[in-house]
Amino acid sequence: MCLAVPGKIVEIRDERGTRMATIDFDGIHKDICLAYLPEIEVGDYAIVHVGFAISQVDEVSALETLAMFRELGILDEELGPEPASTEPAAGEGAGGG
Amino acid sequence: MKYLDEFRDPALARNLLARINRLVADRSADEPPLAIMEVCGGQTHAIIRNGIDQLLPDAIELIHGPGCPVCVTPLNIIDKALAIAARPDVVFCSFGDMLRVPGTGRDLNSVRSEGGDVRIVYSPLDAVNLAEDNPDRQVVFFAIGFETTAPANAMAVHQARALGLDNFSVLVSHVLVPPAIEAIASSPTSRVDGFLAAGHVCSVMGTRQYGPLVERFGLPIVVTGFEPLDVLEGIRRATAQLVEGRAELDNAYPRVVSEPGNVPAQQMVNDVFTVCDRQWRGIGMIPASGWCLSDRYAEFDAETRFEVGTIDTPESAVCRSGEVLQGLIKPNQCEAFGGQCTPRTPLGATMVSSEGACAAYYQYRRLDGSPAEVGVG
Ligand code: SF4
Repeated sequence: MCLAVPGKIVEIRDERGTRMATIDFDGIHKDICLAYLPEIEVGDYAIVHVGFAISQVDEVSALETLAMFRELGILDEELGPEPASTEPAAGEGAGGG
Repeated sequence: MKYLDEFRDPALARNLLARINRLVADRSADEPPLAIMEVCGGQTHAIIRNGIDQLLPDAIELIHGPGCPVCVTPLNIIDKALAIAARPDVVFCSFGDMLRVPGTGRDLNSVRSEGGDVRIVYSPLDAVNLAEDNPDRQVVFFAIGFETTAPANAMAVHQARALGLDNFSVLVSHVLVPPAIEAIASSPTSRVDGFLAAGHVCSVMGTRQYGPLVERFGLPIVVTGFEPLDVLEGIRRATAQLVEGRAELDNAYPRVVSEPGNVPAQQMVNDVFTVCDRQWRGIGMIPASGWCLSDRYAEFDAETRFEVGTIDTPESAVCRSGEVLQGLIKPNQCEAFGGQCTPRTPLGATMVSSEGACAAYYQYRRLDGSPAEVGVG
């Protein structure tokens, strides 16, 4: 039940004084409450939990993190092969979900 | 979906794993593994499902923490829920995964099959709408969860008051993460060297509450997200701290978590709820570890309205979920695991919720703990 996933705000409206939105989760549309993100706008991404947007996803930060992950790989090549004894079956599992 | 697929990229996962391997390459096999606890059940699920624990070097061990609200809701609250839900005048609303949590002798599902009006809601506001549409019925919402869920549940109570609903009430069993970390870190049996803090709890509460815990226990705490790369990055940062002898508060989920958190949500929660002692299933009482209704909203308390406050029940003697929840044993070390206890016949709540460690092991692992399948999803 703790699952909270990012979705894209596609429409914002007022329902009896409460800020509500339609949010798109990969093609599935749901009505959610925006009361806790008074500044979020259509086109932004939010983390949604039990029908409430609880946090806006910061796009700049997301891209920075991904760039950092790529950078780690480049650095790794420069450092040479990784220690053999601990080589895991990388890529078999961690990319799933 | 944007911000999901990117954080599941296998090539980037390999980068992170390689870095983690490098960090511990100099540790000798005689040294005990670095024990990192992921507090949140959502992260436990992601770890087991993706086989992350098995991709990690032997020098790192993940311990699964108590962060599943369904799992830690105490038996006496479940029994109160069952008593209320069985009443003919009540529509009992709950998140879906509470329906199969065993109480004494039965669960909410069986109350429903015996004629109780038990409904699954997606949002707590759905329960408020039901109360508005059914003025002649008493609508009760089972308000469980961590800090992530509390703002939604608080809003439901707030709206019920704004709408003047006298047929809406909540059965509250909210739990808080920092006191649980405190209880685990101060336990003499704890093996935990560092914590991954739950990213979505922190998205609401911010990161401030964790600095004092880092100071007090000298253990690193890394705020961590839920996608495979997020989890690996949290582990990488915690490992780096441990290897370098540092203990700091770090935020590995900055795209979602800010230092102050969601202030309007905190304000609503502080208005509707107040901190109270809370019983955790399998663990026991942790002081100041929960939220209950504040005096201002006491009239919405279902325990008082339906006079179930005195129900008290002991837990199963066989189930070792308390030890599982404290990271003392792995689920497959419980005698009942996979035999007497399965998701169809759960003895403990950790086998019921998909975020519970026992259910995650059952779904993705054989009895010996090896992967049931290679986790490319
Ligand atoms: S396997 Fe079942 S009985 Fe054993 S600890 Fe887990 S929930 Fe309890």
